[in-house]
Amino acid sequence: MQAFAALIDGLIYTRSRDHKVRLIAEYLRDTPDPDRGWALAALAGTLRIATVKSAAIRAMAEERFDPMLFRMSRDYVGDTAETVALMWPDVSTDAMAPTVAEVIDLLNTTSRARAPNVLAELMDRLDANGRYALLKLATGGMRVGISARLAKTAFGQAFGVSVDDIEEVWHALRPPYAELFAWGEGKSERPDPADSAFFRPFMLAHPLEDGSVDLEDFAAEWKWDGIRIQIASTGGETRLFSRGGDEVTAAFPEIAAAFNGIGVVDGELLVRGEVQGGEAASFNALQQRLGRKNVTAAIQAEYPVFVRLYDILFDGAEDLRSQPWSARRERLECFAASLDTVRFDLSAIIEARDFDHLAEIRAAARAAAIEGVMLKRRDAPYLAGRKVGLWYKWKREPLVADCVMMYAQRGSGKRSSFYSDYTFGCWTPDGTLLPVGKAYSGFSDAELKWLDRFVRDNTVARFGPVREVEKSLVLEVAFDAVHESKRHKSGIAMRFPRISRLRRDKPAEEADSIANLRAMIG
Amino acid sequence: MWIDPSRPVERALVTHGHADHARSGHKAVWATPETLAIMALRYGTETGTPMPYGDGFEAGGVKISFHPAGHVLGSAQILLEYAGERVIVTGDYKRRFDSTCAAFEPVPCDVLITEATFGLPVFTHPPIEDEIAKLLAAREANVDGCILIGAYALGKAQRVIAELRRAGYDAPIYIHGAMQKMCDLYAAHNVPLGELILATGLAKAEMKGGIVIAPPSAMNDRWAQRLPDPITAMASGWMRVRQRARQRNVELPLVISDHADWNELTDTLLELRPSETWITHGRTDALGRWCELHQLKARALDLVGREEEDEG
Ligand SMILES: [Zn+2]
Ligand SMILES: [Zn+2]
Repeated sequence: MQAFAALIDGLIYTRSRDHKVRLIAEYLRDTPDPDRGWALAALAGTLRIATVKSAAIRAMAEERFDPMLFRMSRDYVGDTAETVALMWPDVSTDAMAPTVAEVIDLLNTTSRARAPNVLAELMDRLDANGRYALLKLATGGMRVGISARLAKTAFGQAFGVSVDDIEEVWHALRPPYAELFAWGEGKSERPDPADSAFFRPFMLAHPLEDGSVDLEDFAAEWKWDGIRIQIASTGGETRLFSRGGDEVTAAFPEIAAAFNGIGVVDGELLVRGEVQGGEAASFNALQQRLGRKNVTAAIQAEYPVFVRLYDILFDGAEDLRSQPWSARRERLECFAASLDTVRFDLSAIIEARDFDHLAEIRAAARAAAIEGVMLKRRDAPYLAGRKVGLWYKWKREPLVADCVMMYAQRGSGKRSSFYSDYTFGCWTPDGTLLPVGKAYSGFSDAELKWLDRFVRDNTVARFGPVREVEKSLVLEVAFDAVHESKRHKSGIAMRFPRISRLRRDKPAEEADSIANLRAMIG
Repeated sequence: MWIDPSRPVERALVTHGHADHARSGHKAVWATPETLAIMALRYGTETGTPMPYGDGFEAGGVKISFHPAGHVLGSAQILLEYAGERVIVTGDYKRRFDSTCAAFEPVPCDVLITEATFGLPVFTHPPIEDEIAKLLAAREANVDGCILIGAYALGKAQRVIAELRRAGYDAPIYIHGAMQKMCDLYAAHNVPLGELILATGLAKAEMKGGIVIAPPSAMNDRWAQRLPDPITAMASGWMRVRQRARQRNVELPLVISDHADWNELTDTLLELRPSETWITHGRTDALGRWCELHQLKARALDLVGREEEDEG
């Protein structure tokens, strides 16, 4: 448990992604089974301990500490688990610290009523950092800024295997992943998941920067602004997965229920909008369906979802991924023909004479849910991740606005001594600035140095880590879209804003107004 | 006569040299010789009456004497005796081992005026040896970069250096210009700190694999941009709480404090058992609550001009 606690603390304080990966990789290499498997599960978010809820931890604290002292401490620390870990007396230094596996085992085999006692006995055998890791492990929320993807990257780095190879089987395996580690260490073949509905990694696209492609070699289709989704079904079981491989079946039960094919398909989850005449609505509408625990019938009716199919990976048990796109497309058309048309349709191929014609079609596209154009090599197999030269995304031209820098904050990692995160605003009719977005990319290193100096030399006030600056610098901001937002005082929010140019030549009064931005809402 | 007054006064008793206790501009000052030396260094021309530990004088029927507080070089508790009643003002203090200053001496008293900077039960400082070991391990793992430690220029910086030396680290230690004079002053008071090199003006490559110490205010400053891939560490009791460390962008928190932690505060109260305790700066509410639970008579003494947080 001490090694795991040290890992957790290392991850909390380390800001660089590479360094985080290295810390996890070292831990996975140096720690025996099954501890490292449970740790991997905790980091990747696949560990569930049903017996301990955070209420149990509060109850445990209130039983042992003076309620007033506990409350004062909790208010100061801001986190119940950490407060309890710090206040807990060091009982005995020579007690054997439990292993991660022992902790999981004890907590999983106890009852919810007995769990606080079991937890307390474990606390007595640990130091403050160990107690913190224990409580975080037991309640499930590690909060160390690690995605499942990053945890797998670390596994790959630890054992010299590719993340794609891990992804291919990951979703069919369960903690503590003994077979995965055996494979990593070269002691056995890669696990071969039996016939079950699990996630296969998505094929992703590179942006088409300034180039063009020959439409003889590439097919074009719309890029829809929804959620990329994969549906896997064995017939008996149907599951939905998002980009990172997280299962989202429960959020869209009507899709899983309507899917009557056997195989694995790739598509975009969208909401039908009334204003759009039953066609796909903007991403904003889909957001109403996200993050809901309870998907009621009313919600399902108000925001009807459907999947626009892009590709097919498996038809029945047959793996089609090594076949060229053109062959898969034919199979997909056949496959889709037997699906419910209310919930599924095909992403149409754009017919264009040549690339210039395609550019015209793209420029004329106004549908709310269109994010741009996808270009797919006709002879390309379906490969995990982002491979050069096979798939391109050609987004609609970004929108731009001239905004005024208002606040700045230091970055993280290598940028922690630079003011690199900027909040900018646009003008209201009465001449005040209201924030419209925040950006921390798009500039060169030399520009960053200049911006950092600008912030330091023009600070007018400080609020904790935030500096308010003289409202004099105009930033040209590029963004993909702008939409209504109740959360912002300006009433609007940008999608993917980034700094496109420093307009040192432009007076702040000449920056854009909120009204100008509002006119760009699509 | 005032103790650690925050405004210039006629006659001041000063417990130690930290800026929130020793202000400039008093007409007359009584303090330990070390504290007077520190004030002279910081404010230039300050003079005063030196009061070595154990020494005292009388003013208006009150006997005043100075006793070691174990906080920083020259730090003192002040004992006031009047008509058989004894009042101790601890100033800032700690009970842990510190080779850079005289150890705290418990002084029996009727009234104890105690500090409470870390007066919350979440604050327990781990053994300093563990924190130094953590620091040396991080250095070992980052020989291509350096470790930048934020530490207050008076006390904390010298204690960290002395502890590194005690742990056998004998390479030169790089320091920020703002600490040089204070380090010299410590060395002149028989606190050996080994070889210290000014970091300002050095090439990045020269500091690779090294340990650099700077005041916390310089850490996120442009000054730090000159260092080779620094891991930022901070030596402070506040580092006990993860969120506090993260707020300050600290990658390597070192829980090293020159103040008494919760256990030292409460153990000292139990050891001295004063008939009355006044609690000054810090968490007066929580330590007051603890006194109430232990049937000790206590009250919070809110001092003027003490809103800012202590150096930790
Ligand atoms: Zn002090
Ligand atoms: Zn103080």
